Amino acid sequence: MWDYEKRLQYPVNIKTPNARLAQYIISQYGGPDGELGASMRYLSQRYASPYREVSALLTDIGTEELSHFEMVGTIVHQLTRNLSMEEIERSGFGPYYIDHTIGIWPQAAGGVPFNACEFQSKGDIITDLHENLAAEQKARTTYDNILRVIDDPDVADPIRFLREREIVHFQRFGEGLRRVQEDLDPKNFYMYNPGFDRCPK
Amino acid sequence: MNCESQKLLKEISILDFAVTEITLFLDTHPCNQEAMRYFTYYNRLKKDKMKEYADMYGPLTLAFAQQTGNDFLWTTQPWPWEGGME
Repeated sequence: MWDYEKRLQYPVNIKTPNARLAQYIISQYGGPDGELGASMRYLSQRYASPYREVSALLTDIGTEELSHFEMVGTIVHQLTRNLSMEEIERSGFGPYYIDHTIGIWPQAAGGVPFNACEFQSKGDIITDLHENLAAEQKARTTYDNILRVIDDPDVADPIRFLREREIVHFQRFGEGLRRVQEDLDPKNFYMYNPGFDRCPK
Repeated sequence: MNCESQKLLKEISILDFAVTEITLFLDTHPCNQEAMRYFTYYNRLKKDKMKEYADMYGPLTLAFAQQTGNDFLWTTQPWPWEGGME
């Protein structure tokens, strides 16, 4: 179970609305490399991990991703506060506005809805950890892309924090993978599922 | 939200960040004694500050919610996404 702390992991205080940026940044809420997919990926993968250390990592990073999900939701919310109809239409935010007004809904920048097919839980800890390493890099690339189009320091500051967390998670997942590999049967050269295929036939 | 409560909230965020970081490190280094001492130290500091914040301004988690005056402060105080308003 989880406890909620009534604060953001890192502060978000955006004074100037900007619907164009909101339309881009919503991708990290519910897009293919977004925080919702990240959290659901790790929290779903935990059960099939045969290593307590890796289950701990998946639990703690999956939990941190939920706080990033809240930060991205806050960024989009603050970027879409007090907009005029003219700003909404001019910025390209119109199609989102028609479906959601300025409510927060998980979708990619291009409007594709969040979908569980954006992540895997394969029941093979080596497969899953490789996916997670790639996922952290993809999210980092997305934050780099977002940073190139931001001109407001109030928005760039929390986005930089989120980008740095992708890097730390990539490092920790790398250590988790090393932990699993060190424990492998030396005959399992191609790293087949160490949790499911315990007894070689 | 006054200046003093913001300052205390920032201290909590800093302490929590230290706890979050060392927790991920301990996940992959569960026998590291130095990391465990670091965790214990900062986790206690964070808990003390959370208690201090709850006593002065209202609870950040339900564990610190208590009866004060007529309002249930968890419900009536601002939510974290309300920042940035001039």
